[in-house]
Amino acid sequence: MSSITNTITPATEAARKAPPPSDVRRHNLAGWLFATPWVVIFVVFMAFPIIASLILSFTDFGIANLQDPFNLHFIGLQNYGRLAHDQLFLTAALNTIIVVVIGVPLNVGLALLIAIGVNRGVRYVRAIFRVGYYLPVVTSIVAIAVVWRFLLDPDAGLVDNLLRLVGLHGPNWLGDPSLALPSVIFVVIWRNVGYAMVILLAGLQGVDPTLYEAAHIDGAGAFARFRYVTIPMMRPVLLFVTVITSIGFLQVFQEPYVMTQGGPLNRTLTISQYLIQQGFDFFNQGYASAMAYVLFLAIVILTLVQFRLLRPQT
Amino acid sequence: MSQTASPEQIIARPLPDTVPEQGGHRRRRAGSWWIYVLLTLGLIIMVGPFIWMVLDSFKGQAELAQLPPTWFPVAPTLDNYSKLFTQLNFPQYFMNSVILAVSITILNLLFCSMLGYALAKLKFKGRNALFLLVLATLMVPSTVTLVPLFVLMSKLQLVNTLTAVILPESAGALGVFLMRQFMRDIPDELLDAARVDGASEFYIYWRLVLPLSGPALATLTILTFLASWNDFIWPLIVLTNDQSYNLPVALATFAIGQHGTDYGLLLAGAVVVVTPIVIVFLLLQRYFTQGIAMTGLKG
Repeated sequence: MSSITNTITPATEAARKAPPPSDVRRHNLAGWLFATPWVVIFVVFMAFPIIASLILSFTDFGIANLQDPFNLHFIGLQNYGRLAHDQLFLTAALNTIIVVVIGVPLNVGLALLIAIGVNRGVRYVRAIFRVGYYLPVVTSIVAIAVVWRFLLDPDAGLVDNLLRLVGLHGPNWLGDPSLALPSVIFVVIWRNVGYAMVILLAGLQGVDPTLYEAAHIDGAGAFARFRYVTIPMMRPVLLFVTVITSIGFLQVFQEPYVMTQGGPLNRTLTISQYLIQQGFDFFNQGYASAMAYVLFLAIVILTLVQFRLLRPQT
Repeated sequence: MSQTASPEQIIARPLPDTVPEQGGHRRRRAGSWWIYVLLTLGLIIMVGPFIWMVLDSFKGQAELAQLPPTWFPVAPTLDNYSKLFTQLNFPQYFMNSVILAVSITILNLLFCSMLGYALAKLKFKGRNALFLLVLATLMVPSTVTLVPLFVLMSKLQLVNTLTAVILPESAGALGVFLMRQFMRDIPDELLDAARVDGASEFYIYWRLVLPLSGPALATLTILTFLASWNDFIWPLIVLTNDQSYNLPVALATFAIGQHGTDYGLLLAGAVVVVTPIVIVFLLLQRYFTQGIAMTGLKG
C-alpha cells in the first residue's frame, strides 16, 4: 500500500476531523477494555459498599448477619433517631466539631504564615524548610502518635522534663480532661501543617511579583500587601487547602486512638472512633453505617458551604 | 491621617522614597531576620521529635526513667530492637507491610495508567461520565465503605489475609486523575502515526505512552507506596490476627495494649515504621512536590 509512504500529518488531520466508523468502534472497544480492570474493582469494592452502607443504615444489621447477611429487618430511620439521643455520639460529634472549628483555621493560618516566611528565603534555605516542615506529613500517624504520647508523658516525657529544668511543674497533657483535646489538636496540626504549607507555597510562587512591586511602590506596608495582594490572589488555593484540611480533620481517628483511646472521660472521642467501636467492637453495623452517612453528609455540607464562602469573587 | 488605610488611600499616597528596586528588596530581607528565627524554632519543633525518637530508642529502661533526662544515650543499647525482632514478630509485620505496599503500588500503576490512557486518548462512549465518577470518588470518606467491605470480605473468606487489604486499594481515584492529566499532553500525532502504521492500542499504550509517562508514574509510585505503607484504618479492621498485622497496626496494638508503657520498645517500633519512608522521601523529594503541581509534558 502506498499510503504508508505518505507524510503522517494529512492522514491524521483527516482522521481527527471525521473519524471513520471503524475508528469509532475501535475507540469504544479499546476504551472499555482499558477501563475494565479499574472499573471492576471500583464497582465491587467502592460503589457497592457505598450503596450497601446507605441501605444498611436503615436496618438492624448486627453480628448475626455476618453469617447470614440477608436476614435483616428494615427499621426506617430508627438508627438516625437513636444517634440524636446517644450521649456518647453527641460527645464525639462535639469533639469532632471542636477539632474542625479550632484546628482547621489554626492549621491553614499557620501554614500560610510559614509559607510566606519560607517564600522570602533564599533558594536553598527554602528547600531545607520545605523538607523539614513536610517531614511529618510522610510519616505514619500511628508512629508519630506513639512519639508524641511519649513526649507528652507527665513522668518520662521531654516536654514536662524541659519545663522542670526551668522550675515549672508541667501538666499531664493527655491525662487532664481539659487539656487532652487541645493536645490532640496540637499533634494533628503538627502532622498536617506541612501539607497545607507546601501547597500554599506553590500558590505563592504563582502570584505575579509585579503586583507586589506595584503595591510596594504605592506605599503599601507588609500587612496591606498581605491583605490586598496575597489574600485575593491566593483565594482559590486557600479554598482548596481549607476544603482538603476540613475533610481530613472531620475524620480524625489515629491520633486519639493511639494517644488517648478517646479518654479521659471521652474528651477526645471522635466520630470515626465511635463509629469503629460501634461497628467492629459491638458489631452494631447498621448503627455504625448510619453514623458513617452522617459523617459523609457533614463533609458534603461543609465542603459546599466553604465553596460558597470562599469561592473567587467576580 | 487615619490609622487604617483603604486601598484607594494606599494608591493615592506618594512614593515612600526613591530607592532603587534592588536596594529596597535587600533592606527588606535584612530587616526580617526574626522570620528566620521563628521558622527555625518551628523547624526544631517539626524535626526534633524524630531525632528524640531515634536517640531514645537506643536507651534502656533505666536510662529512659532517669531524671534529669540524658540527651545522647549514655549506655547505648540495641535491646529494644532485638526485642522487636526476636520476641515480637516484627520481621513478619515488616514483610506484610512490604508485600502490601509493593502489590498495591504495582496494581495501581497498571490499572490507573490503563484507565488514564483510555480517558486521555480514546474517545469512547461514557468517557466523560466515567471521569466524573472518578473525581466524585475522591470525596467519599473511607469510613463509609468499612462495614459493607468487612461483610464482603468475611463472605469471601478473606478476613485476616493481605488480599483483603490489597484488593480494595488496588485501583485508586487519585492515580487515574494524575495519569489522565499527564497523558493528555502527549501529542496525538505520535499516537495516530503509530495507528496508521498498524499498531494496536495495547502496543501504543505499552510501548509508546507508558515510556513517555515516566514522571507521572514516578509520582504515582511514591504517593501510593507512602499511603499503603502508612495505611491503618482498613488493615486495623480486617487484619485481626497477630500473623497478618502490618507495621502500623502492630505498633498501635502494642501501644494501647500490654506494651503501652514500654516506651523504649514503642519508640524503636516507631523508628522501624518511619525510617524506610523518610529515606524514600529524602531521596525522591522533588517527586513529592511534582505530585502537587503536575502539569505539562517535560522533555
